[in-house]
Amino acid sequence: MERCIGCHSCSLACARLVHRKLSWDTAGIRIASSGGLSTGFEAKNCLACNPAPCVLACPTGAYSQRKGGGVIVRKSLCILCGECAKACPVDAIYLDPSGEPFVCIHCGRCVNFCPHNCLEMKEIVASDNNENLTENQK
Amino acid sequence: MIRNYFKVLLYDLTLRKGTFIKVDGREEVAGGSGLAALLFNKYCNIKDNWDSPEQSIIFTIGPLTGYFPLMSKTVCAFKSPYHNQYAESHGGGRSALCMRFADIDGIVITGKANRPSCLFIGSRNLELREVHYLWGMDVQVTGKILRNMFRGSGHRSILRIGPAGENLSPMACINVDTYRHFGRLGSGAVMGSKNLKAIVIQGDGNFSLVENKDYPKLFHDVFKQLTTTEMMSKYHNLGTTENVAVLNEFKSLPCKNLQNTSDSEIKGITGETFANDALLRNAACAGCPVGCIHIGFVREKFMEENQYLYRQVSYDHEPVFASGSMLGVKNCFSVLSIIDAAEKMGLDIMSSGVALAWATEAFEKGIITVKETIIPLSFGNAQSYKEAMFYLATGANDFYKTLSQGTMNAALKYKGEDFACVLGQEMAGYATGEVFFTSQALGLRHSHLDSAGYSYDLKHNDKNIEKAIEFLLNDEKARVFLTSMVSCLFARNVYTNELLKDCLSVIGYKNIADNIEKISVEIQKLRWKTRISTGYDPENIKIPKRFFEIITSKGPIDAVFLNSLTQEYSRRIMSLVQE
Repeated sequence: MERCIGCHSCSLACARLVHRKLSWDTAGIRIASSGGLSTGFEAKNCLACNPAPCVLACPTGAYSQRKGGGVIVRKSLCILCGECAKACPVDAIYLDPSGEPFVCIHCGRCVNFCPHNCLEMKEIVASDNNENLTENQK
Repeated sequence: MIRNYFKVLLYDLTLRKGTFIKVDGREEVAGGSGLAALLFNKYCNIKDNWDSPEQSIIFTIGPLTGYFPLMSKTVCAFKSPYHNQYAESHGGGRSALCMRFADIDGIVITGKANRPSCLFIGSRNLELREVHYLWGMDVQVTGKILRNMFRGSGHRSILRIGPAGENLSPMACINVDTYRHFGRLGSGAVMGSKNLKAIVIQGDGNFSLVENKDYPKLFHDVFKQLTTTEMMSKYHNLGTTENVAVLNEFKSLPCKNLQNTSDSEIKGITGETFANDALLRNAACAGCPVGCIHIGFVREKFMEENQYLYRQVSYDHEPVFASGSMLGVKNCFSVLSIIDAAEKMGLDIMSSGVALAWATEAFEKGIITVKETIIPLSFGNAQSYKEAMFYLATGANDFYKTLSQGTMNAALKYKGEDFACVLGQEMAGYATGEVFFTSQALGLRHSHLDSAGYSYDLKHNDKNIEKAIEFLLNDEKARVFLTSMVSCLFARNVYTNELLKDCLSVIGYKNIADNIEKISVEIQKLRWKTRISTGYDPENIKIPKRFFEIITSKGPIDAVFLNSLTQEYSRRIMSLVQE
């Protein structure tokens, strides 16, 4: 992320391709300046905790742990309570104004839109030993 | 948001209230430049002075903003303190995407706040906050404080002015997100006249996209074109500063107040030297993968025992010409330190650099003395220019107050108009020849971005008046459509009318897509009508003697050709409006 120029192409691609939105918020990766533009940028995205606090906090089972890292969100079970976002230690879950959560699904579709190769897609073979590795290492 | 009208925020600073209104005309003026002119005619007073509270400052985006890469600019329109006529200035940063995601096509700010204030705009909030404690603060400090006062890090745009804007200088810019600007013709003073220290726009909305596969596919195609063509090497690699060495080679680089057009010692400020010695990193406007913003650094020793501070300063060809070759400063770090001084004061570096170049020659000629300049000015002395930027921004004495009203203003008062490098406003960094001088002197924005006159000069040796004027008018027409979308003009070779037609169609603006030529003509006319209605008269614009004295790689300037060009361009501009 030290290479990031702040173009937001990754967020816009995620919103466009995964969530069918024009947005830089409703995306699994969001870019913010790290204390002002003069200090560079940081990405807010799922770091694939295991166990994931968002899964533990979700009262309906809409969130579940994904084998190999990350989470699976079943929107049909979501009651828009926002507990997932509150539980996330790295602010990776965005709630839109209606309360709908948006989180990275580790699909890698943002990667090709980064002009500075900040993003990389890595295939991880899921096993008991590496469940906490991230697929999409930023 | 796709809609067949414009959603415009009208905010009255006097009443502290704003309303969102629907404005018709989407299919006639598209957005951006076209919308700005339309709103100016509706909400500005043609006759009143620029600083009347009744006047408005306007910001607009276009139908493609945020939908495609490099559709990342915002248009600002206002009555200019420079000439009290219609003016347009373009800025980037995050401003355009923030307006898009705040779901606003245009912002019209009228009235005058009773105390220095900051307007906070978002898709679900609107607030005027009093910030008297920021008045007098420089641009950087203001930005840092505002970052902590308002939410939305990363997805907000902070527009602010410095002391130059507060002091109503026509050379005052609006700083956008630290590294970009609405630079020319004094938009910063218009904010100052309204007691408006800053505008924070939060881009916190989102929109559903049309359910088709064509849009993401076209986006990907455009993205690939923009990131794999020469665009990347030209604007991303050395950036526009590449032009310094090129123009120097062509004897087209304004040096020492245009006493020369090349300098054998230019190596210290070429794009290559900046990249090798001073470049820290690149940055981008939101929605632009090219990342043309080049950021260098200034390091200052503030105490003995190796105590340093550093600041990051963006550079481009224009700031480097204005604070480098034009002032005889040939060290890249010295150039950055002068840019930094102007940035902090909220001065447009092009206008202020060229103004100080005139002051230096006037000083050397003995027309003015330290009684006027406070400190001795000499070409190459960066320290004196840093101090002079402060005097200029604050209007430290009568001389600097006069100079800050425009170089020609001072030249007329103190005598020295022959060597005032003014083409409608302070010249841009191209001494390429007759066509560019004509283009900037008479162009609507008096900008090198009105049309590619500089490029025409470099590519053509003939002196065909009709052909040159036809080129300027056609190029302007194509550019005003692009700036109504609102595209960065760096993408002009990729966004042809054919591609723009596809982009507009795929997101739902079929009628605009099918009428690009007709709409372009209408926008071009509307802008000129607007400018002329506020007092533009080409007869009043004179090209100073200095421009007739230079020698480029093509030889001496041809005075007959230059005069013929200005006459014909004037005639064609006026007849454009009468058609």
